[in-house]
Amino acid sequence: MRSVSIAGVGLTQVSEHWERSLADLFVEAAVKAIEDAGVGDPEAVYVANSGSSYIQGQLNLGAMMADALGKAGTPAFTVEAGAASGAVAFHEGVKAVASGLYDIVLVGGVEKVSDASPEEIACFLSMPEDQEYTAYTGITNFGLNALIYRHYMERFGVRQEDIAMLAVRCHEHAEGCPHAMYPFKLSLERILSSPMEADPLHILECSGTGDGAAAVIIQPSKGVDGEVEVAAYSLSTDLTHITERPDIVTFEAVKRASEKAFRMAGISRRDVDVVEIHDETTITGIISLEDMGFAEKGKGATLFTGQEPAAGGKPHVNTFGGLKARGNPVGATGLYQIVEIAMQLEGEAGRCQVDKPEFGLAQSLGGLGSTCAITILRRH
Amino acid sequence: MSVPRYWRESKYRYRLIGKRCMRCGALYYPRRAICTRCGSKELEEHQLSERGRIVSWTVIRNPPKDYERFAPYVVALVELEDGVRILSQIVDVEPEEVKAGMMVEATFRKIREDGTSGIIEYGYKFRPPVESKQDSS
Ligand SMILES: [Zn+2]
Repeated sequence: MRSVSIAGVGLTQVSEHWERSLADLFVEAAVKAIEDAGVGDPEAVYVANSGSSYIQGQLNLGAMMADALGKAGTPAFTVEAGAASGAVAFHEGVKAVASGLYDIVLVGGVEKVSDASPEEIACFLSMPEDQEYTAYTGITNFGLNALIYRHYMERFGVRQEDIAMLAVRCHEHAEGCPHAMYPFKLSLERILSSPMEADPLHILECSGTGDGAAAVIIQPSKGVDGEVEVAAYSLSTDLTHITERPDIVTFEAVKRASEKAFRMAGISRRDVDVVEIHDETTITGIISLEDMGFAEKGKGATLFTGQEPAAGGKPHVNTFGGLKARGNPVGATGLYQIVEIAMQLEGEAGRCQVDKPEFGLAQSLGGLGSTCAITILRRH
Repeated sequence: MSVPRYWRESKYRYRLIGKRCMRCGALYYPRRAICTRCGSKELEEHQLSERGRIVSWTVIRNPPKDYERFAPYVVALVELEDGVRILSQIVDVEPEEVKAGMMVEATFRKIREDGTSGIIEYGYKFRPPVESKQDSS
């Protein structure tokens, strides 16, 4: 298998793009990535999306988006894995280049949730869960987050004020991010006095969904300085019903996928400088960090409660605001994370830039931990 | 919601029928074709316990489509007396009165209506045991 690198990136602001269609958003991000790479036309297009079949009634996005780009004739594929769609599509594209099948591949994620009503969005966000025995009860994705949240606080004796600091930090980081949906600070007091979404989870502890598209061009590595290489990509799944999981506050898929990714990259957690986590809610972000090994079980919130950043050890988390403040364009979110890590490694992160990172990790979830995709990028 | 899709699940939802592995005894709800503990494909239908205790719970304030009329409502993770866990709405109790460890029992209720002309779905919800309620009043 060949080593693979990111040649170009592009994204749109995450927002409610009332005047723009799925294709409009996809084309903007894809053209930016193609022009940024400057290596010519992609030989294949991978499209990540989660909601178009339900929200727009649109299938066959691979052909639709390739055509919208003016590239009808190009092989195109659609990938759906809930909010992990973007990361899983990226892995598929990387495998196609690594295998030697293609030399230049475009992977783009797109989502347009603003075409749906609030009740429809609640349905859509619950669709990565089993419809017959989970969604059937009337529980939402945020409701499932709330069930594990309450149990986590009781089990580990952790205060909500500490867990919610994750959201405070995300908003601090997003302040300097031009593509963020919520680029402003939010105080802990404001977050914890917001209405309940699903007790004990407050609305302002939940990521807000938005419209957006993000894209990358990938190609075989050239081994030149400054190049952003794909150091690892791994995927795992877990029992889809939380009723069957022996421990509802552990994401086994995150443990398995991250172990495998660190092995593939040949690094340890300490080597990771920047991390984009899947903070669908504050508690999901905290548990994800613990299960990747960045904190002990029950101690994830301590990454956000102390002075930041601590010298040596702690990685920078969600430097563009994460799902919470950059926003969550569901099927495209995994590609936003990968583009953001690439921007950090290239030193192109603007006001969000951290000091000379070498390794960055993106973690994506589909459903409440039933799919986990981990991607590690390295600056050559 | 198509009629066959509703109909094929109704037995399992109306009477809490799960599966039991005939080789190792593991219990499953919802039903499975293959035992995840021992790999056996020999599973039989099994009547689950209809009583259990709440492990964790939440209150749904922003419901999905077709559940608006029930909101706000409690959904809990319930551990049945036979050890099987199930997700269910908790009814006949105020959200403020729900506690971890609270005893609940299955009851047959309306789940949702598919618009004005679609089918009306029924199934299980859980509630505090009726006899203990009478005892305390
Ligand atoms: Zn068995």
